[in-house]
Amino acid sequence: MNRLRARRAMFWGSLLLSLLLMLVPLPVTLLPLKPYWPALVLLYWTLEAPEHVGIGLAFAVGLGADLLDGALLGEQALRLTVLVFLALRFRSRLRFFPMWQQALAVLALLLNDRVLLLAVRLFAGDPWPPATYWLAPFAGALLWPFVFLLLDDLRARLRVRDG
Amino acid sequence: MALSRDGSTSLFSDSPAGTLRLLMYIALAAVLMVLDHRNDWLQQARYASALVIEPVYRLAGLPSAGVEAARTAFADRSRLIEDNRRLRAALLMANARLNRMAAVDQQNQRLKRLLDVQRTLGMNAQLARVIDIDLDPFRHRIVLNAGRRQGVRPGQAVIDARGIVGQVVEALPDTSVVLLITDPSHAIPVTVARTGLRAIADGSAAGDRLELPNVPISADLRVGDQLLSSGLGGRFPAGFPVGTVTAVRPDRSGMYARAWARPAADLGRVSEVLLLHDLADPVGPPAPAPAAGPPASLKPAATAPAAPRSAGAAP
Repeated sequence: MNRLRARRAMFWGSLLLSLLLMLVPLPVTLLPLKPYWPALVLLYWTLEAPEHVGIGLAFAVGLGADLLDGALLGEQALRLTVLVFLALRFRSRLRFFPMWQQALAVLALLLNDRVLLLAVRLFAGDPWPPATYWLAPFAGALLWPFVFLLLDDLRARLRVRDG
Repeated sequence: MALSRDGSTSLFSDSPAGTLRLLMYIALAAVLMVLDHRNDWLQQARYASALVIEPVYRLAGLPSAGVEAARTAFADRSRLIEDNRRLRAALLMANARLNRMAAVDQQNQRLKRLLDVQRTLGMNAQLARVIDIDLDPFRHRIVLNAGRRQGVRPGQAVIDARGIVGQVVEALPDTSVVLLITDPSHAIPVTVARTGLRAIADGSAAGDRLELPNVPISADLRVGDQLLSSGLGGRFPAGFPVGTVTAVRPDRSGMYARAWARPAADLGRVSEVLLLHDLADPVGPPAPAPAAGPPASLKPAATAPAAPRSAGAAP
């Protein structure tokens, strides 16, 4: 019971933290490198606890992110929905990839997400973004192993302590 | 997507139900985006959920506020003394300039009275602090810690000590969002201080600069020219520094020149700003001027009560 509650707290806590991290500022030079935290955290839970994650949850998290970000309602909801859908579809294969291959897959997913965002922005009439726009997915892919191991370790600890 | 609990999905699972749900969510998101684009639902939703959003903003701003506090707490003495000396010098300079300005202001008032001008350029400003959070690296917006309850309204001009920063686009109860002049969707009417040439300065996608598209190729615009706000359009008061021209080049057609400028305000590191309350110029055409003639105070006493325009000249 306690264990279940702790795991649930970790699940929701990590999602909320990812939304917070999305808002935390970085030095101006590092700004284009800021990874898309909600995507990384959602990806982890998609791979490790698919019984809790569906595209409905992704949509809800995206709406929350849109509300915080204040750009366009539905934009991140769309991006996260597509991301989680793709991850769920290829989950069985992604899980058994070695870490570097998994990071490459994450890079592909994040790049796809960038393309989607670009399509939405261009459709809304924004100008073409600068080249640094494409850097964030690489930062995200480089950080993926650390995010994965950190969350995995936390989850394992919760399991050990209660089990 | 249909997933069995024991994780026994096949390696190449492809359920039509999952795809259908995806399409449904995508359609929902698209409808939301279009409706929001048309009706500004997001702002209303954000205003309604400000109770949640504002604490999250404050929370997200904490790390950088903490860093700033730690920097002040652990800054060594010599640095503080150095800072203090620099600020003293700056204050002295500012005071000296202010004194001179006071004299000029008095002269201005006297001249205006002579001309019987009623409108003054009184400036009513409110100090606000920037909450250091980053909404989106490719949109240039900052968040302030003052909102509707503090009297902030969308459309207010925001300046710092060096020049124009941007304008308020959204006011939540205790927070407001400012669109910077460097945002690609922002444009500000400017005038070149040296020549009086009028132009529009757009923000640019590349970030820290302004772009002046479609300047006549024959216009006298040089690198180093100061750009001031022209006050046209009524959104920004006239005469505030906007930027400095850094490059002028003819565009591809050769018919127009294109210029780039560095913003005068310190947009990257701005931490405190002033919100202007008074619009210097009314939006739209100016009110009909009272009939020309000598100022009311100089009129012969006999005609003054009979003349309707002397009544009209009263504020």
